[in-house]
Amino acid sequence: MTSRLSAITLNTFREAVRDRVLYNLILFVLLLVASSPLFGAISIGIQRLVLINLSLTSISLFGVVIAIFIGIGLVFKEIEKKTLYTILSRPVRRWEFILGKYFGLVLTLTVNAALMTVGVYVALLITEQKLTTADARLMVAVYFIILQFLMVTAITLLFSSFSTPIFSAVFAFALFAIGKFAGDLRTVAAMAHGATKWLTTAAAYAVPNFASLDVIPQVAYNQPISGSLIVYNTLYALLYSAAMIAGAVLIFERRNLK
Amino acid sequence: MKSSRTVTIVATLLLIASLAGSAVTSNKVESLRGKEATLEEVLFLPSGNALKRLSLGYSGLLADIYWTRAVQYYGAQSNQRSARYDLLAPLLDITTDLDPKLLVAYEAGSVLLAQKPGGAGQPDKAVALVEKGIRENPDYWRLYFTLGFIHYLDRKDYKAASEAFEKGSKVPGALPWMKVMAARMAERGNEIPVALELWNTIYQTNPTLRDTAVKHIVSLQAAADIKELTRRIAVYQQKSGSPPDTWADLIRSGLIPGIPRDPTGSPYKLMPGAAVWVEDPGKFPFLSEETIREGK
Repeated sequence: MTSRLSAITLNTFREAVRDRVLYNLILFVLLLVASSPLFGAISIGIQRLVLINLSLTSISLFGVVIAIFIGIGLVFKEIEKKTLYTILSRPVRRWEFILGKYFGLVLTLTVNAALMTVGVYVALLITEQKLTTADARLMVAVYFIILQFLMVTAITLLFSSFSTPIFSAVFAFALFAIGKFAGDLRTVAAMAHGATKWLTTAAAYAVPNFASLDVIPQVAYNQPISGSLIVYNTLYALLYSAAMIAGAVLIFERRNLK
Repeated sequence: MKSSRTVTIVATLLLIASLAGSAVTSNKVESLRGKEATLEEVLFLPSGNALKRLSLGYSGLLADIYWTRAVQYYGAQSNQRSARYDLLAPLLDITTDLDPKLLVAYEAGSVLLAQKPGGAGQPDKAVALVEKGIRENPDYWRLYFTLGFIHYLDRKDYKAASEAFEKGSKVPGALPWMKVMAARMAERGNEIPVALELWNTIYQTNPTLRDTAVKHIVSLQAAADIKELTRRIAVYQQKSGSPPDTWADLIRSGLIPGIPRDPTGSPYKLMPGAAVWVEDPGKFPFLSEETIREGK
């Protein structure tokens, strides 16, 4: 089972690399190189702040866009090119296929984010001439961004297991945007009454809570992130992703592929 | 077939368990972040104008979101005691930068910003917010009314209040009583009837502030009642040589018609030393000894 999973995982990763997904890194480096001196010139004293905000936001946005646009094709492309039949005719189970595809895309996104993070540290070193211990906090923000990737990829995979690529992308983007306002949804739920309270509370728990994973501003302002938040956010992202993957497996198991 | 059923059962159980687990951990995460986590975002935002450019033309929607956050958080009864009022001024500033025409943010926001309790107690910042609103909406005379109101009640600056009402009265469409207000302010004084008039106007014209207005109105009415009852007690004491022990003493002497009741219907308390106070001070958050002492 492990060898089959790792084979699908690595193949998904290789496919993404062959699709020139990592080309976005060039754009990212160009963005950092071009913008750092520019912001340095126009924003006295907040060059570090701008650099961190810009780079971490780029890592997050590039990753989410890749997760959604690659994610929507993971299942669909295999069906369309009929390569899925070849895979499933071998001793590969449907759930292994889904899980392998998921891990493959997550691996791609993690490698992408890791390379971008190296780029951020190099840019910081160039602009600040040194790295401090406070800069290590950037890793927490990057870690939370990767947790977001886990969730976005799982959500996209769930939608793509039953919908067309276009609709899957729309649904996934919509859920990502709603998840950014999860905190507001919870406040509405806390203040509502009767049936509205039940509905909003259910919605608040059903949508992914991306708001709690957004710590870019705190990191940019050198504020500490508590260890318990890291632990519980990790647990939350893993559980939510597991639920989405389980949903995708359930749908894909019953799907008629003929 | 059997293997497929096993997968279905395992996936269903995993789905239910993970969703339940994610709900529990999500609750824990939210409690770790604190109730103000969403609001605290304003502390890290660039200026409202920079945010406006970054909002890609959706600045109106963004302003509505920030305003809704302010209403939800500061409007909740449970938050009023422990509210993070330090976040209110930047929140309102960003909201009105994003949508300078959002009049309710100036009107209701400035009152929340100025008053204490139940607000930030920052009347100077409230004045700055309303003045910004006037610059952006010079034809809206009610903002002058709000400005005069804050100068009068929260800053006790009667000259500035008079000027605000006077300027507002010159805006086309302003109601005639703006001139009356300007004149009364010019007389300078902590007049309970004037304050009552102001809050009644707010109650009638601004639904967002209706609850706050009611609290002010009942507090002011109670202040007026207590002042009058104290005066009658003094008359009784002068006549009989000793303070009354109960309300019955005052009723028998014909100074009051019956047991006096506060605006919520509860009887006033006659305390030792013939001092008068309300039964439940929690219902009168803006009732203070200062209002009673200095009120005219």
